[in-house]
Amino acid sequence: MSKKVLAVDDSQTMREMVAFALRQAGYDVLLAEDGQKALGVLGSSPVDCVITDLNMPQMDGIGLIQALRAHPTHRGTPILMLTTESDDQKKQAGKAAGATGWLVKPFNPEKLLDVVRRVSG
Amino acid sequence: MTDTPFDQFRRTFFEECADLLTMAEGELRGLDLNAPNSESLHAIFRAVHSIKGGAGAFGFDRLVAFAHGFESTLDALRDHRLRLDRDHHDLIMRAFDVLADLVQDAHGESPMQGGSEQDIADALTRWRGDTASPAPLSASPAAHEKNSGGGCYLIRFTPNTQMLAKANEPLLILRELKRLGQATITVDLSRLPGLCEMSSQESYLSWTIELHTAHDLDRVRETFEFVLDDCELSITEHDTRKTEAPAAEGTEAPRGQTSAASPTSMRVDIDKVDRLVNMVGEIVITQAMLSQQIAHMQIDKHQELMTGIEQMAWHTRELQESVMAIRAQPVRSVFQRMPRLVRELSFALGKEVRLVTEGENTEVDKTVIEQLSDPLTHLIRNSVDHGIETPDQREVAEKPRIGTITLSAAHRHGRIVIAVDDDGAGLNLERIRARAIERGLIDAQADLDQEAILNLIFLPGFSTAAAVTNISGRGVGMDVVKRNVQAMGGRVTVESRPGQGARFTLSLPLTLAVLDGMLVRAGGERYVIPLAGIIESICPAPGMVAKLVGCGDVLHIRGEYVRLIPLHTAFNLHDDAQTNGLVVLVEAEGGRRAGFIVDEIIGQQQVVIKSMETNYTHIPGISAATILGDGRVALILDISGLMDMRMMNPSSSFAPDTTAYPLSSDCLPS
Repeated sequence: MSKKVLAVDDSQTMREMVAFALRQAGYDVLLAEDGQKALGVLGSSPVDCVITDLNMPQMDGIGLIQALRAHPTHRGTPILMLTTESDDQKKQAGKAAGATGWLVKPFNPEKLLDVVRRVSG
Repeated sequence: MTDTPFDQFRRTFFEECADLLTMAEGELRGLDLNAPNSESLHAIFRAVHSIKGGAGAFGFDRLVAFAHGFESTLDALRDHRLRLDRDHHDLIMRAFDVLADLVQDAHGESPMQGGSEQDIADALTRWRGDTASPAPLSASPAAHEKNSGGGCYLIRFTPNTQMLAKANEPLLILRELKRLGQATITVDLSRLPGLCEMSSQESYLSWTIELHTAHDLDRVRETFEFVLDDCELSITEHDTRKTEAPAAEGTEAPRGQTSAASPTSMRVDIDKVDRLVNMVGEIVITQAMLSQQIAHMQIDKHQELMTGIEQMAWHTRELQESVMAIRAQPVRSVFQRMPRLVRELSFALGKEVRLVTEGENTEVDKTVIEQLSDPLTHLIRNSVDHGIETPDQREVAEKPRIGTITLSAAHRHGRIVIAVDDDGAGLNLERIRARAIERGLIDAQADLDQEAILNLIFLPGFSTAAAVTNISGRGVGMDVVKRNVQAMGGRVTVESRPGQGARFTLSLPLTLAVLDGMLVRAGGERYVIPLAGIIESICPAPGMVAKLVGCGDVLHIRGEYVRLIPLHTAFNLHDDAQTNGLVVLVEAEGGRRAGFIVDEIIGQQQVVIKSMETNYTHIPGISAATILGDGRVALILDISGLMDMRMMNPSSSFAPDTTAYPLSSDCLPS
């Protein structure tokens, strides 16, 4: 069975690119525009990895990470943050909130797949 | 078509940029300087952030560099490290202008000069108060320094509980190491307690790995990139020792939730919608054909068929309206480009102008919106340049120094009416008249009323600017505006109040795809008159028609004289058919009226508009064509155009022989 990844980003461009790269590699991809919607999309069905942007309306990436780490089903799910180089503080905050790893924007598809594999096998 | 996924992403990116810029500019304009709404500031920040993120992915370095500095400033602003005032609000506006230009530039449209970009970037940096904020130019995270060419590494790795809590799996890291080369892994079980004392969330194991690899130290360390803070790690290479000590974790509090209403919507390729619109158009034609067929059948025999077709007509209509609603968009996207225009123009001209917009949510078809930009830009330009006076002149005229231009949109009679209103000096009738005479557009002796004089500005080759200014008057005049608007089936009118201002009004159809029309017959041909322009149909009694010198026949109705235009002579048709002499009274924008003489009124019908310009060429008096239920083509009349044809040259547009139709010979005094 193919692995399932949830990608959360308020930018449609980013969502499409992440989804395309992952689908090409055979992943099942779920998409959400912000943290709040991500929680709705996930519900209580487990995924193999969550990729989330940090700056988003409604619930930002940090909020989502905290919510997932407190969730009975998703507390052990690997979470990758999408960050930019200038986001160092945010990255630290995300890490403190329980993020598994990060992916620095801009990234290429190989890098994305590489990192997803590193955290979710 | 060679449409790679990358092209698709690019397209999405630029669409998204346009949306974000529009949204951000709207938020920015709505910002109360004394108490800026923090949600708005967050939204503005996110817009720039998203643009930067996407731009990075496509390698638009110049855009990334500018967005980066801009973003830092906005970040400081939303964290209250900077305070917003009038000047800086202006700076941010201009930064958005530059950002929009850079997006265009990246899109490959209108290459941009570097001057203002650097100025604005510097101004943003100065405001931020720091000097160094190097942009992440050519950020390529995969770049590694290939200084050492691999070898043998001895790695000691002891995860702590934190690491496991963050879902970092030691097994995956070990597996990753094995991908780099040959690894001999030894696990240390010495800390493992007895089963009863064991906690499922605690970390008890540590590993020693001997790795033979062709990769360098950086690559090996990268494997541990995510866990450096949450484990004890030492990597020994040859005789160089590198020990990674746990570092303090960042303690920045997570940002609270921000909320912004995000409507549920989806993005659909416009081509798909167009195909849908086309198909619905075909259904409308087919439905019209069926309706026409059953009109000749006996009702009692085919009761169910009749009911079915009636129902289908009803559903077709609803289907069509729903499809049109998909294409409808608020005019906001066009309106929001105007503040910048006003800002730049008034700055260049040393004027002070405030732009007020109303009815931004008024919806109109996407095609109309796309074609609206140019005429509107020209009208606004015109108002700032010619309409609004300089602050000093205004003071003399006892008006506020700041001029106001009001841009408004509203639905009226199934059309959209867009008005550009200014409180400037109004149009100078004397100067217009003088210029028209000078240009040979009218005769020096011509006796024109105010409306006729105002309408002179729409003639080709007319320009009132005393000197050709930088802004307008570069040969592109009101005639182009009028032509563009007419091409859409719209009208432009002007009103002027000397000393108080002027008002330009555009009236446009809501859609360029369908039209409610009245099907008539004249000279053996069928024509469609737009229903919106029809006032009434009459069968004039003898004595209602009179002949006016230089005007042809006129109809006297309710104390008013209305010019008569026989359609069959307007289009030079041989008129062998029996003429009933019916008059359809029509009204153009601006209230001008005329009576079209037709032979028969066939009935009201919704028609699918097929452009003449696209498929053939422009014909005076005709706005478009349509296909009728029987598969034949009918021309859609351009009411205003027909009146103009008549007015411009009454003697040659129509056959001089007024007895060509029985109506006049019956009623005219001999």
